[in-house]
Amino acid sequence: MADTIYAYVQTASQEPLPPPGRTTGTIYWIQKNLFSSFSNTLLTVVVGLFLLWLLPILYNFLIGHAVFQGDANTCRINVDGACWVFIGDRIRFITYGFYPPAEYWRPNLVFWVGLALIIPLVWTGVPYKILNAALFFLVFPVFAFILLNGGSFGLLRVPTELWGGLMITLLLAVVGVVGSFPIGVLLALGRRSKLPIIKTFCVLFIELWRAVPLITVLFMVSVMLPLFMPQGTTIDKLLRALVGITVFYGAYMAEVVRGGLQALPRGQYEAASALGLNYWKSMAFIILPQALKYVIPGIVGTLISLVKDTSLVSIIGIFDLLNAIQSAGSDSAWATPTKSITGYAFAIFIFFILCFSLSRYSLYMERRLNTGHKRGN
Amino acid sequence: MSIEPVVDTVDRTNMRISKSEVAIDIVAMHKWYSDFHVLRDINLRVMKGERIVIAGPSGSGKSTLIRCINRLEEHQKGKIIVDDIELTNDLKKIDEVRREVGMVFQHFNLFPHLTILQNLTLAPIWVRGIPKAEAEETAMKYLHRVKIPEQAAKFPGQLSGGQQQRVAIARSLCMNPKIMLFDEPTSALDPEMVKEVLEVMISLAEEGMTMICVTHEMGFARQVANRVIFMDQGQIIEQNEPEAFFSSPQHERTKLFLSQILH
Repeated sequence: MADTIYAYVQTASQEPLPPPGRTTGTIYWIQKNLFSSFSNTLLTVVVGLFLLWLLPILYNFLIGHAVFQGDANTCRINVDGACWVFIGDRIRFITYGFYPPAEYWRPNLVFWVGLALIIPLVWTGVPYKILNAALFFLVFPVFAFILLNGGSFGLLRVPTELWGGLMITLLLAVVGVVGSFPIGVLLALGRRSKLPIIKTFCVLFIELWRAVPLITVLFMVSVMLPLFMPQGTTIDKLLRALVGITVFYGAYMAEVVRGGLQALPRGQYEAASALGLNYWKSMAFIILPQALKYVIPGIVGTLISLVKDTSLVSIIGIFDLLNAIQSAGSDSAWATPTKSITGYAFAIFIFFILCFSLSRYSLYMERRLNTGHKRGN
Repeated sequence: MSIEPVVDTVDRTNMRISKSEVAIDIVAMHKWYSDFHVLRDINLRVMKGERIVIAGPSGSGKSTLIRCINRLEEHQKGKIIVDDIELTNDLKKIDEVRREVGMVFQHFNLFPHLTILQNLTLAPIWVRGIPKAEAEETAMKYLHRVKIPEQAAKFPGQLSGGQQQRVAIARSLCMNPKIMLFDEPTSALDPEMVKEVLEVMISLAEEGMTMICVTHEMGFARQVANRVIFMDQGQIIEQNEPEAFFSSPQHERTKLFLSQILH
C-alpha cells in the first residue's frame, strides 16, 4: 500500500505563481464590467446610446444655451436654456425667505458655527469628541435660537413667519435628523422592554405615527392642534412642524433600530449580563454600538427621506426652499419661459448635495467601523 | 473523545476544598420552559475550591443548570444561593452575584466591536469602577497568563477560536471572580485548539479557583475535577469522584453515555 504512487498526491512543494492573464488595469476593468458577456455588451451599448442622446440635451439646457448674464428680458427671449439669472436675482429670498436683509449675518453665523461643529464631530479622527458633542447638542441649539429668533441681547426679534428658504430646509433637516435618532433609539429599546407598560406604550406610539401620512401629521399639527389649545395660547407653527417631523421620523427610526437589536446574537446580551453590566451600561457599550452599525444603511435611508420630506411643510404655509423657489417664480417681473424648470433644477441640486453627502458619509462610517469580524454564532 | 490526560502532571498543592465555606447552594430547584420541565428537583452544594464537571447527553439540562447560577435563566421553584446571596427578582442582587461569578461560553461571545484590551477592561472600569490604567495593567497580566499579550490591540475577529476562548477566560478573570462557570468551552473549537484552552482551565484549577464546567472533555474531568455530576432528563442522576465515575458507573444511563463518548 505504502508504495502505491497516487497521481494527485504532490511530491514536491508548489511555489506560488503569478495569475494567468491580466487582473488589473483599465482595459481589464472595462472587459470585466462592460463587455463580459453578450447581454452585458448589449446593455452597455444601449445605455451608452441613451447617454449620448441625454447628455447633450442636459448640457445645452443647463449650460450651453443657459442665461448666465443679463436680466429678465434676456431670459424672456430664450426658450432653450436655463435662466440662472433668475436664481442669482432671487438667491436672497431662496436662502432666507422674508428674513430682514439687515439681519442676514445672524443665519449666516449660525450656519458657519454649526458647520464648524458638525465637521469635526462626524470626522472620526478628530479628538475631543465629548466636548464637541456637548457644544453641538447642548450649547449650539441655544445659541442658534437666540441668534435666529432675536428679541434678547439687543437683537431685533424676527418671528418665524419671516424665516424661509434654504435656511428653513436646513433647520428642519438638522433638527429632524438630530432629534429623530434618539427618539428612535429609545422607542426601539422600549419596544423590547420586559415592562409591559413601557412596551405597550412604545408599540402604540410607533404604530400610530407610522400609520398616518406625514402630510396628515403636518395638517393635524397646524390646523387641528390649535383647536384643542386653550384660547390665547399659541405654539409657533414652525415649532409644531419641527416636532411633527421629528416624532414621525422617530417612529420610523425605531423600527430600523429594532431590526439591528434583533440581528445581534443573544450571546452578546448574555456576555454583557454575565460580566455584571446593568441594562443601560450593556446597551450603551455593547448592544447599541453593534446594533446601530448593522443598520447604518437603514438609518441613513430614513434620514434621507426625512431631508426630502421637509419640503412637505410648504403645504402648511412654511416657506422652505422649494416653496420659496416657487413663490419667487410667481413674481410677474420674472415671467420667463424657463424660470420654473431652472428653479426646480436648482432645488434638485441642493437636495442632491444634502442627501448624497449623507449617503457618502454612511459608507465612510461603515468602512470605518468595520472591525473585520464575521458575525459569529 | 477519550479520557487520556490533558497534561502530564497537575499540581495539586493549592487545590484545597473548604469544609465549611459554601460557594453555591442549590436547594430543591425546578425550572420550566413554558410547559417543559427542564430542571427537576436539583440539589447541589458546591464548597469553596471545588472543581465540578457536569456531564450528560444533549438536552439533559446541564447548560441550563449553570446558566441559572448567574441568572441568565430564571428558576421558578426552589432556592439558589451564590456566595451567600439568594437569587431572586432583585436586580441589584443579581448584579452582585454576576460580579462575583465569571462565565465562559461555548461561542466565546467576545465583543466584536472592541479590541481585545477593551474587551478585558470594560467591565472592571464600568462595573467595578477601577481606573483605566489599573484595569489595563490587570488585563495585560491576564493576557500574559493566557499567553496572548501580543494580541491586545487586535479585534476578536482577527483571532483564532482557541485564542478567542482564552481571551474570554481572561475577560472573566479581570473581574476577579470567586467562582467560574464554563459552558462547553471547547465544543466550538477546532480539535487542535482544545488543548490550549484546557491548559488555561487547568492552571486556574491549580490556583484553587472554584469551578463548574459543563464539558465533554473526560480527560479534563478525570485530571481536574473532584466531583463529576451526571445529568439526564433534567435531573442529577449520579455523582462521584472521577476515578469511580469512569471505572464503575452505577446508573444504566451513565454506562450507556460513557460507552458512547469514550472509544
